[in-house]
Amino acid sequence: MAKVHVTTTINGEPMEFLCEPSDTMLDALRGTLNLTGSKEGCASGDCGACSITLDDRLVCSCLMLAVESEGHEIRTIEGMAQGDKLHPLQQKFLEMAALQCGICTSGMLVASDALLKKNPDPSEEEVRFWLAGNLCRCTGYDKIVRAVMETAAEMRAQ
Amino acid sequence: MTELRYLAPDTLDEAIGAFAKAGSAARILAGGTDLLVQMRSGVLKPGVIVDIKKIPEMTAIEQTADGGFRIGAAVSGMALAEHGKFGKIWPGVLEAVNLIGSKQVQGRASAGGNLCNGSPAGDSVPAMVAAGAVVTVQGPNGRREMKVEDVPAGPGRTNLKPGEILVSFALPPRPPGSSDAYLRMIPRTEMDIAVVGVGVSLTIKDGTVTSARVGLGAVAPTVLLVEDAAKALIGSKLDDAALAKAAAACSAACRPIDDKRGTIAYRTKVAGVLLKRTAGIAAQRAQGK
Repeated sequence: MAKVHVTTTINGEPMEFLCEPSDTMLDALRGTLNLTGSKEGCASGDCGACSITLDDRLVCSCLMLAVESEGHEIRTIEGMAQGDKLHPLQQKFLEMAALQCGICTSGMLVASDALLKKNPDPSEEEVRFWLAGNLCRCTGYDKIVRAVMETAAEMRAQ
Repeated sequence: MTELRYLAPDTLDEAIGAFAKAGSAARILAGGTDLLVQMRSGVLKPGVIVDIKKIPEMTAIEQTADGGFRIGAAVSGMALAEHGKFGKIWPGVLEAVNLIGSKQVQGRASAGGNLCNGSPAGDSVPAMVAAGAVVTVQGPNGRREMKVEDVPAGPGRTNLKPGEILVSFALPPRPPGSSDAYLRMIPRTEMDIAVVGVGVSLTIKDGTVTSARVGLGAVAPTVLLVEDAAKALIGSKLDDAALAKAAAACSAACRPIDDKRGTIAYRTKVAGVLLKRTAGIAAQRAQGK
């Protein structure tokens, strides 16, 4: 079977790539496109380490085919910082040590960003429920939740 | 994975043609949150995937002229939650759809896929059964309608005929004083499979229940419509005796499995307890409380 040609937008940039029909979006991102910020944890939609947004909706890139991105808009962790300037969530995660091994971090950041875009003033419970699909093997959840809450408060104040 | 063909037709007729032609090697792709996991684990090796999301009817949410709703089979839980009106009229159906997996999964997973996956524990199904939803299916021999409760045939199996595709759900218009609710029991607070799931839809006039439907999940090979529970509620003011009778009807309908999440005795008892709680929430909503 010939490879499929896909035209899509990734982090605001028009992008074209070739993939096998069975490749997941995560395969395409990490392999062909060399965007390795999205991590593969479980490959079954349980861990959230591969979280991206598809037309502004949070999804697991392991649970979509790369061909499905045709004509749609993808955002990944690579599109979060503006040049050298970190996103407030990234900065806060660093300051508050809201990460240990780092495998879950890009997924946590993408998911948290999606939450704050939808709800700039979430309760702690809402943050915890929203991030329930992001697993951290280092059990660092508390610092992550606090970092998200604090970032939300600072972004609201600006 | 070997030789796989991906098709994303723009029309339903094309999708049905391609799906029927490929026979048992074909799989429908809506949200893909079950299909991709099954492919990855080697349970399924489809030869053709038919992505239905480019067909407008499959991804549309519309309020019909009579006040009912038509929801495309591939509408994601997130899209349904973002709809301005749906959740106000069918809060129970919406909360059931938004208990499917994580936020990431809800960004893709659809009620159509949840139903066609055939799991007895699918969260949206008892709520859709309680809502009295009717599905439109279309295949090589044309279109037909089925009640939601008639779609599952057993774990992982449906009563759709070969080549048929689930197109949409139709939810009926609601008289004043109507609402619904869905509750499930899981061992943790999020991201688990229902041990018992109960959907209740009610209409209440002057404090008396004038119509009711009860859907029950995860306690039998398929999701059940429990007519005896509804009968016990209709005509009552949801007093303790009526609720006890409806709870007993739910427990009596149970034919559950015994597994690590819940024993037969536990599931049977919880089905009754959840019926009472769910009916209470639906009643409060129906009376605008």
